[in-house]
Amino acid sequence: MTYTFNETQMAEFNRLVARYPEGKQKSALLPALHLAQESFDGWLPTELMDYIAGLLKIEPIEVYEVASFYSMYNLKPVGKFIFEVCQTGPCMISGSDDIIAYIQQKLDIKPGETTKDGIFTLKLVECLGACGYAPMMQVGKIYKEHLTKEKVDSIIAEYRATVTK
Amino acid sequence: MSEQNLFKVTIDNITIEVPAGTTVLQAARLIGGQVAPPAMCFYSKLQGSGGKCRTCLVEVSKGSEKDPRPMPKLVASCRTTVMDGMEVKNITSEKVIDARAGVVEFLLLNHPLDCPICDQAGECHLQDLSFEHGKSETRYEFQRRTFKKHDLGKNIQLHMTRCILCYRCVFTADQLTNKRVHGILDRGDHAEIATHIEKSLDNEFIGNVIDVCPVGALTDKTFRFKNRVWFLKPMDAHRDCPTCSGRVTLWNRGDEVYRVTARKDQWGEVEDTPDGKPGWICNTCRFDKKETADWIIEGPREISRQSVIAQGHYAGKIGTTKPNETFAAINDGRKPHLLMDIHDESEVNQPNIHLGKIQGPSHGDTFNTNNTHKA
Amino acid sequence: MGVKLLLDKANVPGIRSYEVYRREGGYRSVEKALKEMNPESIVEEVKKSGLRGRGGAGFPTGMKWSFIAKPEGVPRHLVCNADESEPGTFKDRYLMEFLPHLLIEGLIVSSFALGSNDTYIYIRGEYAWIPDILEEAINEAKANGWLGKNILGTGFDCNIHVQRGAGAYICGEETALIESLEGKRGNPRIKPPFPAIQGLWQRPTVVNNVETLAAIVPIINLGGDEYAKIGVGRSTGTKLISACGNINKPGVYEIDMTISVEEFIYSDEYCGGIKGGKKLKACIPGGSSVPILPANLLLKTAKGETRYMNYESLSDGGFATGSMLGSGGFIVLDEDQCIVKNTLTLARFYRHESCGQCSPCREGTGWMEKILNKIEHGKGTIADIDLLWDIQRKIEGNTICPLGDAAAWPVAAAIRHFRDEFEWHINNPVLSQTSNFGLQHYADPIHVPA
Repeated sequence: MTYTFNETQMAEFNRLVARYPEGKQKSALLPALHLAQESFDGWLPTELMDYIAGLLKIEPIEVYEVASFYSMYNLKPVGKFIFEVCQTGPCMISGSDDIIAYIQQKLDIKPGETTKDGIFTLKLVECLGACGYAPMMQVGKIYKEHLTKEKVDSIIAEYRATVTK
Repeated sequence: MSEQNLFKVTIDNITIEVPAGTTVLQAARLIGGQVAPPAMCFYSKLQGSGGKCRTCLVEVSKGSEKDPRPMPKLVASCRTTVMDGMEVKNITSEKVIDARAGVVEFLLLNHPLDCPICDQAGECHLQDLSFEHGKSETRYEFQRRTFKKHDLGKNIQLHMTRCILCYRCVFTADQLTNKRVHGILDRGDHAEIATHIEKSLDNEFIGNVIDVCPVGALTDKTFRFKNRVWFLKPMDAHRDCPTCSGRVTLWNRGDEVYRVTARKDQWGEVEDTPDGKPGWICNTCRFDKKETADWIIEGPREISRQSVIAQGHYAGKIGTTKPNETFAAINDGRKPHLLMDIHDESEVNQPNIHLGKIQGPSHGDTFNTNNTHKA
Repeated sequence: MGVKLLLDKANVPGIRSYEVYRREGGYRSVEKALKEMNPESIVEEVKKSGLRGRGGAGFPTGMKWSFIAKPEGVPRHLVCNADESEPGTFKDRYLMEFLPHLLIEGLIVSSFALGSNDTYIYIRGEYAWIPDILEEAINEAKANGWLGKNILGTGFDCNIHVQRGAGAYICGEETALIESLEGKRGNPRIKPPFPAIQGLWQRPTVVNNVETLAAIVPIINLGGDEYAKIGVGRSTGTKLISACGNINKPGVYEIDMTISVEEFIYSDEYCGGIKGGKKLKACIPGGSSVPILPANLLLKTAKGETRYMNYESLSDGGFATGSMLGSGGFIVLDEDQCIVKNTLTLARFYRHESCGQCSPCREGTGWMEKILNKIEHGKGTIADIDLLWDIQRKIEGNTICPLGDAAAWPVAAAIRHFRDEFEWHINNPVLSQTSNFGLQHYADPIHVPA
C-alpha cells in the first residue's frame, strides 16, 4: 500500500518543517510521525515510514530507528481506541492494579491485545504525569483521571457508542 | 605541533607529554601495556564512537595544574581529553577496578557465552576482557535475552544475542558507505542491530562492520564454521585493487585462503595505510578473493605472543620458543616502570630490611641457629 | 498563606486568555527587560535571585546562562524542557495548561537575555492537548507584538515553536532532549561538549525547565534581590510542589520553601493529611528518583530538627538519612503501602525508560527489576537483597547520563531504610502475597543521641 498526505495534511506537514532552519528538516521527524500516525490507521506501517523518509529526504532506517525508540508510535496495528493505563508508582499506590484488572475482564483482552471487534486496545504504560489524579489512563489525546470501575464502564460505553452510531 | 601545545599527563604514575586534544585513552595507549584501559566501543578511526560501553572508565585524581580538583565521578577515558597536569588512575584505582568488574558483569549478563561455536572466539575482545576482569561465575539467574533473527545477506552473519551495542557498525555504515540500511532499533534492554525490513547489507565497504565488531555479533558468512582462527596462519598480502588499498591479512591453512580481513593493530583497530588513511578494505577483497593467486604475499603477520592465535606457528618471533628479548626490547625501549611503591603502602617491607630477617615467630636466623641437625 | 509568585493569578477566571492575563499585569517583565535592561543585566538579575533549576538538579540558572558561548555569526537557542516525566511530577503540566502566557512571557525575556531568535518548547508527547493551548498563547502574543520581528521596536526578533516528544522519559535529560529535537533517538550525548558550547544543531544552547523559565517573570518584576529575600538560604523564591499518593488533597501547590514538611502534609492549605485518617509510612519528596524516606526521617532530620520543604533541609543528612527536593514530585505512602511493590514499579519504570546506550543502565535496570519481581512474588532470598545493593552501586555514577543514578537511588534507599520489610517478604513468601508488612516502627520518633 502506498500513502500520500492529502492537502490539509500536507499543509500541516509543511508548517512543521518550516519551524526549523534550512537543512535541518530532519528535526520535524517526531511531529511528522505523529501526523502520519493520526492521519492514517493509528499505526506506522513500513510503507508509511518510507513515505515520511522520502518527504524529509532522509534514509528510511533513520525513521525506523526513531519510530521504534519512542513508546507512542505503534509499529503494529491497533484498535480504534487505545486505553493506555498508567501503572507506575503513584498510580499503583492509588489502585491502578484493580483498574487494569477490571478493564482486562471487561474487554476480555490482555495488555497489548486488541478486542476482536477492533475497537479497543489495552496498553500498560509508564508514568503519564497525572500522578495527582490517579489512577488514570490516556485515550487518544485525552486523559481520563480519577478512574473507578463505574467510570471505566461509562468510558467504554462512550467510545463504543461513537463507533456503532 | 608547537611546544606550548604539549600537555603533561600522568597515568598510573607514568608521566607522558601529549598534544592538546589527545584523549586520556590515547595517551594511555601511548604508554601502553596494562596502563591502557580496555575499550569495547571506542574506535579511533570512527568519528563519534566511544563513551557507551563504560569499560574504559578511569579516575581523574587531579583535574589539571590550573584546577587540581579531582573529577567527582569516574570518566570514560575515550571521551575525556587530557588537561595539562592531569593525573589519572587506571589500574592503580580500586574504584576503577570495582566499576570495571561491574561493567564486565553487565556486558556478560545477557551474553550467550557460546564461544565454543562462535567464529569470533580467539580474537574476541569480550573474551579478552572477561579473561582479565571477569568472574568465573554469574550471579544472573534469569533467562537470557533473545531476539528475532535477521538475515543481513550472503556475506554478513548477525548474531544479535552476542551484540554489546557498541554502535561501531552503525558509525562504519554512516562514515564508509553512502547509504546506511541497518541501525539500532527499539530501546533499552531490547535495543538491537537490525534493518527493520529484511534487507541485505551490500554496499562495497559494508564488510568492514565485521572487522570493527568487537564480539561475534557480526561475522564473515563466507568463513562461517570453516575453521578456528588459532589454526590459521595470518599472512600480510596485497593486491592492486581499484576500490580499496588492497592491503589485507590472509588467514591461511597451508596454501588455502580461508578468510580475508583488514590488517589490525595491537588495539584491534584497522591499521593505517602508508598514506596515513585507515586501511579499510572492500567487499571484493574480503569476500571474493579467496585464491592465493589473487594476492602478493608479503610474509607472516606479527601476532602478539600472548594471543592464542600465536600458538605454535612461527618459531623465534612468536610461538613456543622461549623469548630472549629484554623487557625493554619488547616494550618499545621503555624500562619496567614502578606502578606502585610497596613501601608507600606497607611498613613491613622496608628496603633496608631483608624479608627473611623480619622479627616474627621464626626467621632465617632462628632457623640457622637452631638447626642442630646440620652438624 | 505563603507568598505566591507563579500561581497567584491561577484562579482568575479566563487567565488562560491573553486579554485577562495582560489586564492582570502580564507581559510587564517583557517591557521592563527589553526596554530598560540589556541581556547582561538580565543575567545579572537572575544570578542575584539565586534561582536554581526547577527540573530536579537545582543548578543555579544564572550561572548556567553565563556559560553560553557567543561565537560570532552562530545562532544561539533557548530550549524549554517541558518533557515532564519523572513519576510524581505534574507541576509543569499545570503551569502550561492554566497559565500558558506566564511561560511564554518568561520565554521571551529569557530568549532576549540569551540571544535566542528561535526558541523551542519540547513537550512530552503524552501531553497531547497542551501544544494547542501553548500555540494559541503564542499566536495571541504574536498578534499583540510580544513575539515576531522587532519586538517593542527594540530590534529583537523572537519566535517560539512547540515540539511534541513521543514517549520517552530520557528526553527530559537535556542532551537527549536536544537529540530528540533534532529528529533522532533520545540517546543522551557524551559530555563534554556541553550544550552551552555545542547544543541544538551544534549551536550554543540553554535548556531550562518550564517552572524555571516562568520564575524569570517575577524575578524581573521584583528584581533579583527582592526575589532572593523570599525563601531561606540557597533555596530562594517559590517552588511548585506536585503532591500525590495517599493524601486528601493531591494537586499542585506553590510554597515559599520556609514551611515544614509536616505542615505541608497535614495542613488543610496543602495536602490536607493522609487519606482515610491513616498513618504516614513513607514519602518520596522530590520525584521518584530521589531517596524514599520513612515517616520519622521525613518529618525530622537525624539530628532531631524539623525538616523543611527546601533544597538544604530535605537533603540534610545526605543519602544516609536525607533525600532531595528534586523536581518537587511529592509522593506520599500510607501505612497500607508495600515498599517492595513500590520499588518494583519504579525499577520497572527505569528499565522501560533506559535508552540502552550504555551497559550499566541497559543491563542493570532490567536485572534489578527481575530480582525485585522475584522478591515481590515471594521467591526471593536474603542474598538477593545484597545482590540488589551491589547492582545499584555498580550502576550509580558509572553511566553516561543521570538515568543510571535515578534508577539506582530508589532501590538503594528502599533497602537502606526498609530492609526489614524486604526480609519479611522473603521470610514470609505466602503471607506476603496477601497481607502487608504495615507500618512497624517507621513512624516512631527517631532516636536522637544526646
